[in-house]
Amino acid sequence: MEFDENKLRTVFADALGIPEADVIPSLEYNTIPQWDSLAHMRLVAEIEDAFDIMIDSDDLIDMSSFAISIDIVRKYVNED
Amino acid sequence: MSTKIDLSGRLSYVTGGARGIGRACVETLADAGSDVAFCSTLDQAILDDIAGEIAQKYSVSCVGIQCDVREPEQVKRAFKHVNKTFGRLDVLINNAGVMKSALLAMTTPDSIREMMDINVTGALLNLQLASKLMARKQRGSIINLSSIVGRVGSEGQVAYSASKAAILGATTSAAKELAPMGIRVNAIAPGFVDTDLLNGFDAEAKDAVVKSIKMNRIGQPQDVANVALFLASDLSSYLTGEVIGVDGGMLI
Repeated sequence: MEFDENKLRTVFADALGIPEADVIPSLEYNTIPQWDSLAHMRLVAEIEDAFDIMIDSDDLIDMSSFAISIDIVRKYVNED
Repeated sequence: MSTKIDLSGRLSYVTGGARGIGRACVETLADAGSDVAFCSTLDQAILDDIAGEIAQKYSVSCVGIQCDVREPEQVKRAFKHVNKTFGRLDVLINNAGVMKSALLAMTTPDSIREMMDINVTGALLNLQLASKLMARKQRGSIINLSSIVGRVGSEGQVAYSASKAAILGATTSAAKELAPMGIRVNAIAPGFVDTDLLNGFDAEAKDAVVKSIKMNRIGQPQDVANVALFLASDLSSYLTGEVIGVDGGMLI
């Protein structure tokens, strides 16, 4: 499977319940009410399901913005 | 009304599933129609034989995975295998464990570390990865194997009791954290059960324990597996954060 940034944006928008237009690289964890710790777990589950990957807890903690998430998810997709 | 538990279409994963209580759980879940994956540290060829036997006997899919639950990379690989093979996870029986009895003064640091690594770290790693897979479907049941000694202690088992008490704390905390995601977490605390773990007990020691059991017999792995089946099924769909003693009345 190839990494697709637009697919990741859609997953973010669906999991957080926000418009895709709001999923920009500077979007950060805990800066909007929709992206709290519980939503983060749901988001990770959705990302893992969509890209068929399993994200390590260290990376899960590091996924603090959409920009960083792009790099992390791309790494897992490329290594699989 | 009689209710037959039907786990068709579900996937259950049992750690330490090649023998003892784990094996009884594997067979009981398979008998209820669940596809089953299990892990063990035994040779892969042995696990393949067991898996083939179970698949044939119960007409379900079954895979055995060699995995040391202490090793994060091995645990991760096992869950990847489960996910790639079945694409889902509905039930985790967190059973793999080791028991080494010794008086406190004679308990070695290595023995403490081994029990904590397998019984606690191993269980937590499996709990963590299982909950992530279950979160995808927003449902699942996790059953942690504790022990009666984790609740009331036992002379000569300070380290083992500590490791099993840790499982009780993990169970209630995980139950609270995972309930909003539709994942239930419960524990079973077996009493004196006839498994390899009792090999160190001589006949006299076993007799002494039987006298403390109100039902006057040693438990069988099936006694525990039956409760695990209930917790795995939708019959327990409103039950989470509980510890069920399966001990023949040792605590009453």
